[in-house]
Formats: sequence, structure tokens, C-alpha cells
Amino acid sequence: MADNRPTASIEAVESGLAAQGYIASRQIATAVYLSQEIEKPILVEGPAGVGKTELAKAIAAWRGMKMIRLQCYEGLDEAKALYEWKYAKQLLYTQILKDKLGEVLGGAQTLHAALDQLHTFGDVFFSKEFVEPRPLLQALEQPAGCVLLIDEIDKSDAEFESLLLEILSDFQVTIPELGTVSAIAPPTVILTSNSERDLGDALKRRCLHLHIGFPEQKLEERIVESRVPGISQTLRRQMVGFIHEIRTLDLKKLPSVSETIDWARVLVLLQATELGHEIVRDTLNVLLKYEADIEAAQPQLTTFIAKASRQGVSG
Amino acid sequence: MRENLHRFLRAARGAGVRVSPAESIDAMRAVSRIGFADRGILRDTFLLTLAKSQDEKRALGECFDLFFSQPEPAQDTKQDESNSDDAEQADSSAGSDSSSETGGGDQAENLGPLAEMLLSQDRTAISAAIANASGAASLSNIRYFTQRGIFSGRILDAMGVQRLRDDLDNLTATKPALAERLQAALDGLRGTVRDTVSQALLLYGREESENLRNEILRNAPLARIEPRQVEQMRALIRQIARRLRERYSKPRKRQRRGHLDVCRTLRRNAAWGGVPFLTAWKRKHRDRPKIVALCDVSGSVARVSDFFLLLIHSLHEVVDDVRSFAFSSHLIEVSDILEEKSPEAAMAEIMSKVGFGSSDYGNSLADFEKGWMDTITPQTTVIVLGDARSNNLDPRADILRRIAERSKRLVWLNPEGRMTWGFGDSEMPRYATFCSVVRQCATARQLERAVSDIVATYQ
Repeated sequence: MADNRPTASIEAVESGLAAQGYIASRQIATAVYLSQEIEKPILVEGPAGVGKTELAKAIAAWRGMKMIRLQCYEGLDEAKALYEWKYAKQLLYTQILKDKLGEVLGGAQTLHAALDQLHTFGDVFFSKEFVEPRPLLQALEQPAGCVLLIDEIDKSDAEFESLLLEILSDFQVTIPELGTVSAIAPPTVILTSNSERDLGDALKRRCLHLHIGFPEQKLEERIVESRVPGISQTLRRQMVGFIHEIRTLDLKKLPSVSETIDWARVLVLLQATELGHEIVRDTLNVLLKYEADIEAAQPQLTTFIAKASRQGVSG
Repeated sequence: MRENLHRFLRAARGAGVRVSPAESIDAMRAVSRIGFADRGILRDTFLLTLAKSQDEKRALGECFDLFFSQPEPAQDTKQDESNSDDAEQADSSAGSDSSSETGGGDQAENLGPLAEMLLSQDRTAISAAIANASGAASLSNIRYFTQRGIFSGRILDAMGVQRLRDDLDNLTATKPALAERLQAALDGLRGTVRDTVSQALLLYGREESENLRNEILRNAPLARIEPRQVEQMRALIRQIARRLRERYSKPRKRQRRGHLDVCRTLRRNAAWGGVPFLTAWKRKHRDRPKIVALCDVSGSVARVSDFFLLLIHSLHEVVDDVRSFAFSSHLIEVSDILEEKSPEAAMAEIMSKVGFGSSDYGNSLADFEKGWMDTITPQTTVIVLGDARSNNLDPRADILRRIAERSKRLVWLNPEGRMTWGFGDSEMPRYATFCSVVRQCATARQLERAVSDIVATYQ
């Protein structure tokens, strides 16, 4: 059983995502590979801005599938996530039916016969035609499969989690009036969470649990390289080193990968060739989003820059 | 290999990772796809399928490393082979022994297989034998540290230590030098078996022994726990806080739903000619808990206050407004200190400011009325934690009455037993008349109940 097929497939996932500009760690690649193999959703947790949503986009682009996104928020319910009846059309339908009632029941002499005819007449009031599919149902109806991104699940109410259980474990939903709708092709489901509240055990049990933290320095350099190609190698190494130093501070909001990329873009735009005190101080607001954080970081800047530039030279 | 996976899953449960049967099936399926070729990928696979939070991931990672650091037990087939080989091996090793010692191969042949193995110092054979004996003694069922002796004994028995003792007795009479060597080897074997059992206890027994310890800790008087247990107690308090958070932080919609809101329903359904397809409901107003805590930090009550403050301040998600005050001879506000610093540093600072004086309830209550009476609103629960021993000074129960009148509830938690209330300088009966609830609160269990009840009144 010790063949190297899985290892090769995991590397294939890694390079496939890399082609879409998403540099995945091996753990992420393993998760993506496993979710495909044993058909389980991935629950991605981690701080804001480490590329949780990006992962879903990259998978969709890599496999050439459609991505359907469901953004969660407080108060999100069945009618907005799963399906809704087209009330207005249903009303119109009853109006039409009223007009045509004579034709439908035409020829029935007694009340009993009319009722019999009514029963044989197809019941289309609650039928597929009157269902307005929302993201979850849409995802099941894609013939070629799709990537379903359920974003920030922790923002939704606890009740909404229970609604998801059926779709997560069996890729099907039950509409009381119609019966069970199964997926034509099982979608790849990605759920993301910022750990704002603890998710229920039932939900967690149905998913592969992937935690994406801040990347290691080497990985982050590769991410910057792929996202901001114009940046020089020395500067890249220096700025990533600097950010890693900043992350050791006790701050309200640590700069994450998206901030690193933004900062790299800013530095390229300002045509910086090296990390200097001046330029760091001027652009610090790209990295740190709170006044208190910037104040806390100010006194440390000089030492951090010195450390980072030493790294750039030695590395 | 499946046997090993099962043992790993059991070890994972021991490490505090909740692994349900469904999850173990998933893990098995995943592993069957992944294979065992790459240990790193295997580790990632377990972390993905079994662990459901970061704490669990860390615990499981450690468990994985520990589990695969020990030599894997040999397969049964190998054991059979070695058994059948025993006779030949015995002959050859006995031959070498007899040549190196002083002849007399006939006696050496009488030795049992274990003695042979020990004398030949075949390390791999010994560790394989230990592993097989551990399997026979079902070592993975070990739960408590008190079982160490039993399991060591069982393993040694399964390895045939009885026969070894007989051999030892015989040899002592005939060949003292060989007997001494065998004795030393036996001591070494005992040590190895003991280590094996300890490791197994670490792997499989952690959860049970932790439960047992927590159970004891939960019922121990907070004021008198030993310094080395303080850290464990803090961990326990954090655990309690997490449980309370989970229970009370989820918003419950249904309970909040009130009567039909006619105006909003009509407005919302205007598009359908007023036919009410969508209904709108009024919501019952629900207060978020507001807590004002007054904690005695003098003498024996200090430690209880310490844990109480830790608990209250780890309930952010449930209680969004907590003001804490500490007093002994006078009273200060300590909310900011507790919010900003680590529990240890915060407590040290509080103690240096007000701690360990002789308590003066009257003066402290007067301080509170002067400075912070306006923090109490009709939604506030006021919690006083103290033994009400005021050193015969004026208790100023009139201030407590005014506090009770302003607040939603006034709860008094007393670390002393009910029997002692009112004796000596205890002012408890006088204070108790103004309190909505008075309860004893000396152990972590009582603390949990008390805080849980307070939060539940707001649900």
C-alpha cells in the first residue's frame, strides 16, 4: 500500500493551486486532496486575511468549476440560503386556474365527479417551477459540479448550522412539499470561519477541519513573489522579515497575508528598493489598522528594520 | 496495521481529543487513500480528520509524535517463529555461555526462554517480547496511575518471570556468577517494563486521570488548595468559563419571539394585497447581564476572590458589562487591571494595592457608595464575595440596603459554611436580610453553580 501515488497527487494539488496564484502549504494541499477523495467539506478556520476565501476561489479556478458563494450574516435563514417559493407567480397561477376552472372541470355533472376530476388534475401549485433556488440549492443543481463557498459561517445564527447539516453530510436538501433533492454532482464545499463563536460539534464532525495560521517566512515570501511579481528579491525578504517581527508584538490586529501583499504593492508603487525607516513609518498604516497598534509598534521600528535588513543580506 | 490505528485512536481519546466512531471511520477512509508512506502526510491527515479545534490539533500532534516514537510491537507470526526458534537459540546461546563461563552446558539448557533471552542480551527480541506481553496484558486499557503496579506485574508474568525466578534460585546454588548476571538483567527488564507502562499511562490514561483530578479539585475548598495546584485550578476555572460561555452565549430566538406585530406584517405583505404570506413578530426585550462584583481580598477569602474574578472576567461573550471592585480595609476598582494583565500579574497588583489588610466592610461599603453608586442600575446584579467578618467594626448594613434597592438582584457568596455564619464577628445574618440570594461558595463546583444561576436569570 506504500505507493507514492497520494504524495504525487498532493503535489499536483499544490502546483495546480500555484498556477492560480495560490501558494498552498502542504497541509492545505492535503486537505484539498482529501476532501476530493472522501467527499467531505472543508471547514477552514484562521485569522482574517490569511486567504481562506481565496482558497475556494483558487480551487474553483483550478478545476474550471463555477463558484457559488453564500455569505453568512446574522439573521440569514432558509428563504435566503436554500429556496423560496415564487409567491407572486403562485398567486397568478391561482388566478388563471380560477378563470379556466370551467374548462378543467368541464362536463362534470355532480360535485363528486368534479372533485374526482380535480384530483386527477396535476398539482402544480407546489412544484419545481415555483421554486426559486438560492445558493445552496443552486449548488446542488449544477450538472458539472461546483465549488460552494459558505463564507463566515460563524456570523450566522446557531439555527442555521442545523440547516446545513443535511447538505454537508449527504449533499441533499429536503423540501417538505417536493421531497428530497440530491446533488447531480457532489459540490466541493468550503466553509470559512473566523472563530467568532464556537461552532457546534455536529457541524464540525461533518467536515475536515483545516486551520490556516500565519505562514512561515519562506512560504510568505513565495506568496508575495507570486502575487506581486515586480518586487525585488532583497526587498521581499526584508519586508517579510519585518512583518514577522511585527507579529511577535502584542497587537489588537496582527498584519496578515493580505496586508503583506498590500504593503508589497505599496512599496513597489513608491519604487522603494530597500526597507528604510522613513518609508516604513510613512506606510505603516497599510499594515496596522488601529491607532493604538501603530503607537505600540513605533518605538520598535528601528530594531525591527535593522534585523530585517540583516536577514536580507545574510539570506 | 488496523490494530495499530485502533490503538492510536484510543490514545487520541486519552489525549483529550473527542473522537467519535464516525470520525474514526472517516480517518480510516482517509488513511486508506493516503497510505503510510509519508509520516508527515499521515500526521496532517489525522490532524484534519480527527481534531476539531486548535487545542485538539496541538494535543493530537503531541500524541502522534509520542505514539510513533515507541517501537511498534512485533506481529504475532514473528512471535511464533521466535518461539519455535527458541529451542535452537537456547542451544546455541547456551553453548556460547557455557564456553565463556565454566562449562556445564547441561544446566544451562534447563533455563527458561526468558532467562536465555536476557543472558543473550538480544535487545530487539526483548522489546518485541515486552510489546507482545503488553498486548496480552491489554496494556491499552490502563486508566489510572494506581494501576501501574498491576500492569507491570501482568506483563512480567506474561513474559514468564515465574520460570525466571526458579532458574535464578537454581543458579544461585550452582553458578553464583551467572545468577548475578541474570539478576542484573532482570532488574534492567523491570525498569524497561515500568517505563513501558508509564508511557502507556501517558498515552491512554490521560483523560481518565485528568477527570479524576478535576473531580477532586472541583470539590476542594478554594481557600486551602496548595500552591502547586493553583495553576491546575486556573485551568479548571477556564474550562468552567468555556462551558458557561457555550451554554449561554448562543442567542435563542424562539424564546424571544413575542406577539404578532400587526403593523409590520401588514406593511411587509402590501405587495400581495395584504394577504399575510410573511409574518413579523415582536421581540421580547432581553437584558444583557450587567454585573458589579465586590470582592473581599483579605486573608483567607483572597484566593476565592482570585478565582471568582478570573471566572467572571473570562465570560466576555456572555457578560458584556462587568465592573469589579476589591476591598479589605478600603475599596478600589480593579476592572482595568484585570482586563489588561495576565491573571497572576493582575492579582499580584490588586494584592499590593488593597490586599491582606484587616477587613472593614463598613468603610469599604461607604467607599463604594461615595464613588460608584451610580454604576448600579435596575438591570445590574450585584455580587458580594466575602466572609462578612468585619472585626467588630460598624457593618453599615444600611448601605447594603440601598444597594439592594437600586439593583436587580443582590447576591452574597460566602466561602464559610452556613454553620459559622453569625458566630464571632460574622455580620452575615444582618447582611443576609437585604440579599436576594445568599449561598455558600467554597469550591469550584459551588462557584460554577453560583455564576451559572446569576447568568441564567438574564436568559
